[in-house]
Amino acid sequence: MTESVPAATATETPDKIDVVIATDCGSTTTKAILIERKGDVYRQTFRGEAPTTVEAPFEDVTRGVLNAIQEVEELSGRRILDGERIITPAKGVEGVDVYISTSSAGGGLQMMVAGVVQSMTGESAQRCALGAGAIVMDVLASNDGRLPHQKIERIRQLRPDMVLLSGGTDGGTLSHVVELAEFISAADPRPRFGSGFQLPVIYAGNKDAAEKIEETLGEKTALTLTENLRPVLEQENLGPARHVIHDLFLEHVMAQAPGYRKLMGWTGAPILPTPAAVGQIMQTIARQRGINVLGVDIGGATTDVFSVFTVDGESVFNRTVSANLGMSYSISNVLSEAGLDDVMRWIPFELDEADLRDRIKNKMIRPTTIPQTLQELQIEHGVAREALRLAYVQHRQLAVGLKGVQAERTLSDVFDQTETGASLIDMMALDLLVGSGGVLSHAPRRSQTAAMMVDTYRPEGITRLAVDSIFMMPHLGVLSTVNEKAATEVFERDCIVHLGTCVAPVNVGKREMKPNDVLATYEMTSGAFGSGVESGELRVSDLRLIPLAEGAEAKLSISPVRDVDVGGGAGQAYETTIHGGTVGVILDGRGRPLQMSLDPVTRVQQLEGWYQALQIYGERA
Amino acid sequence: MAHAYTPGLRVTANTALRRTRRLPLKGEVLVAEGDHVRRDQVVARTDLPGDVVTLNIVNRLGISAEEIPRYMLKSEGDVVSVGEILAETRPLIKWFKTEIASEIDGTIESISSVTGQVMLRKPPAPVEVPAYIDGIVVEVIPEEGVIIENVGAFVQGIFGIGGERWGKLQMITDTPQQDVTPDILPADSEGKILVGGGRVSHAAVEAARDKGAVGIIAGGIADGDLRQLLGYDLGVAITGSEEIDLSVIVTEGFGDISMARKTFNTLSACDGRDASLSGATQIRAGVLRPEIIIPSNEDATQVPDASHVGGIGEGDPLRVIRAPYFGRIGTVVELISELHQVESGATVRVLEVEFEDGERAIVPRANVELIEE
Repeated sequence: MTESVPAATATETPDKIDVVIATDCGSTTTKAILIERKGDVYRQTFRGEAPTTVEAPFEDVTRGVLNAIQEVEELSGRRILDGERIITPAKGVEGVDVYISTSSAGGGLQMMVAGVVQSMTGESAQRCALGAGAIVMDVLASNDGRLPHQKIERIRQLRPDMVLLSGGTDGGTLSHVVELAEFISAADPRPRFGSGFQLPVIYAGNKDAAEKIEETLGEKTALTLTENLRPVLEQENLGPARHVIHDLFLEHVMAQAPGYRKLMGWTGAPILPTPAAVGQIMQTIARQRGINVLGVDIGGATTDVFSVFTVDGESVFNRTVSANLGMSYSISNVLSEAGLDDVMRWIPFELDEADLRDRIKNKMIRPTTIPQTLQELQIEHGVAREALRLAYVQHRQLAVGLKGVQAERTLSDVFDQTETGASLIDMMALDLLVGSGGVLSHAPRRSQTAAMMVDTYRPEGITRLAVDSIFMMPHLGVLSTVNEKAATEVFERDCIVHLGTCVAPVNVGKREMKPNDVLATYEMTSGAFGSGVESGELRVSDLRLIPLAEGAEAKLSISPVRDVDVGGGAGQAYETTIHGGTVGVILDGRGRPLQMSLDPVTRVQQLEGWYQALQIYGERA
Repeated sequence: MAHAYTPGLRVTANTALRRTRRLPLKGEVLVAEGDHVRRDQVVARTDLPGDVVTLNIVNRLGISAEEIPRYMLKSEGDVVSVGEILAETRPLIKWFKTEIASEIDGTIESISSVTGQVMLRKPPAPVEVPAYIDGIVVEVIPEEGVIIENVGAFVQGIFGIGGERWGKLQMITDTPQQDVTPDILPADSEGKILVGGGRVSHAAVEAARDKGAVGIIAGGIADGDLRQLLGYDLGVAITGSEEIDLSVIVTEGFGDISMARKTFNTLSACDGRDASLSGATQIRAGVLRPEIIIPSNEDATQVPDASHVGGIGEGDPLRVIRAPYFGRIGTVVELISELHQVESGATVRVLEVEFEDGERAIVPRANVELIEE
């Protein structure tokens, strides 16, 4: 079952919505979009942006919101503001029916979570907070190897926006979770915003310990008790705690941030943390289309990965945030974590190590600069591939068997996952891969975006590729809580740019295949092709691009050889309809994982071949 | 004339400056509005709660948690000192008695009959906030801190490490191009802030530290040298708390790069004067850049505050901050209004720049930085 955020405040939400103004208050930019009903469908019509004004000298988020909306007013000719008031409802070319917003300003929602056993309640608490759109600063557990004073010191240092405390199954032992509460109490932590306020703490552990927790933390913190997120070992129940996180985010965190109290008075639905809103639209799309979706948003400081996969008939949503993998503020950390060799392997020319390191540090300290030369762009894309890859690895590690309310997994599953690291992310079952964030959305060519996503996520079988062109997913996520139809229509028509489809046969057998061995024979039929048919053999190491325009479809018949799977099972012929896009159909025979030469000269030749095949950097065909 | 907003680093010979000095927790402000303060003078102080030490009494006494009140000799809130007995068993034969003594001086924070844990808190640790710059207290924030004002030269760097320090400024190179190497460091560097022009090497920083310098300012530093200096690869741009004996500030960036002439001249004009500097850098919303402040103690009301948010216009001096012209200084020839496709394929807003040697180039506006007054 999918998670859902609390429903919009019905008192504020009109029944009939024709015009919507939505903002996303990011760390640096506040982005406003106007959505209007045009005939029977909703379309995103105008957008405006302005610097976010949470920090000095303004210290009032509404200034940036008004500026961004003013830009929309100027472009659209629609009068939306009457001074500092948003005009509702819409009448003719004046006003809007509802104003909605998301926020990640001021560093987003920063949480610390605690659980008794790190790999059990600790991990459940982590998934709970991440799914609610938080950045998890640390996971405290009774068995995390730290001494009590180290734990207390850590809690004191962190200054999170809130703490989620879990631990113990209902009716189980009390002492461990009470001990964690004692550590929190001893640390006497203070919230990040509002020095005179108590830190919000959510208790979602053994219900029998609730009284003791209240005795320990009731006076020192703003304690909220909710249902146990792991009532029995075999069941996760993340929904209630996530709802409490959203409520407290509004009541405590947002209300303390400069200007938010006023902003909250303007909106017709609760303000959501930006990542929670992105998760919301992903789940809506996955549910409506009945597909598996994987999404990534790569920013300057962090990379978020979202997935919605159907497991045993249930839709499972997961989100992870890699706090220090980004393309500007934390670009240097990508190099540190990936290692020099892994970044260099994507760069199709020789480059001195010291030079690369200096260039990356210069990007870190001047994050708004853009690549002027082709080499600079290729370096940036190389780093991006590694940031995306590392964030994806982290996502696979945490997206293990998570299920929402009423979902169950047996203990034997848990042990299986521990042993094998089996992830819920099944690339062969993935239907749609969506990229977002500056380096993907603003790449000079869409083929560069497609190549970065395919090289990093290595989709298997048949996978549609898309990019969020102007980072509209947060707006649509919160809109989906008010009007799901409007959100999904705008998502399909204006938010997403379809890049095309990746077709990647995978050798699932033990037989090693050599370069040039035939993987599959294929035939694509479509009126969009000049001849009506594109057919041939796809061989090991092949990478081919077949143009198929956005909106066009083709019927694909593909017959893989023995041990090779393309979606229908090993060696099984497969037929499906594939979709075009601004890039086209990518036939990828490079295998999984990608085999890259260790010899620098051969590797550069290999990269040049790939980049040429997809027309990434050179002359277009 | 066309304008574009391209914020740069501030380099100015004379400006009014204010610095807020705030305690991490509420405490006591030690100075009053109108007071003249010196950079090393403590203006506010407070006590941070002491560290917590945990004792698992039940394990050590071999009792169950709910029995703990029967064995404790001390109660919550009691003051204890090292060696003082906190809990003991009372066996029939005294020889079997087990005692648990306090390992610290402090107070009993809590005794838990659920976990059997006793928490002791060490005495509070004092925290003092110095003035950091010479100046006048213009505002007292009750229980939190003060705002100090002065007039002086102000130079922002692009990146730094190390915290707040102060000392006499001393120029150690004659030109903005000359690198900072160990052999040019003056014998008497004790307590000084040394200023060079070009790239500073790891060896030079080490040598300056050995000679007792408190700060070193240069045009650039190689990432490899920074890594050697810190002992690790800096992943995220948050600095200021490095435990090194001196603060390092670079004004231009990473690599072989000369200091902008204007920055060099501004600092040269302050040679021999008392200065304060901070290497603390944070690059994200709420950007914090390292800074050098050289107070002149003039009347602040007579000097206009130059911290305006201006635009960049034709004829303005600028610095290119990305390859292929990284680090070069020039002036704006034209702010081209049409979008322009650059070599990378991106279509962006650009300007034409004329470099100091007369060469002209088209550069994305995002890749230049105004050299601000």
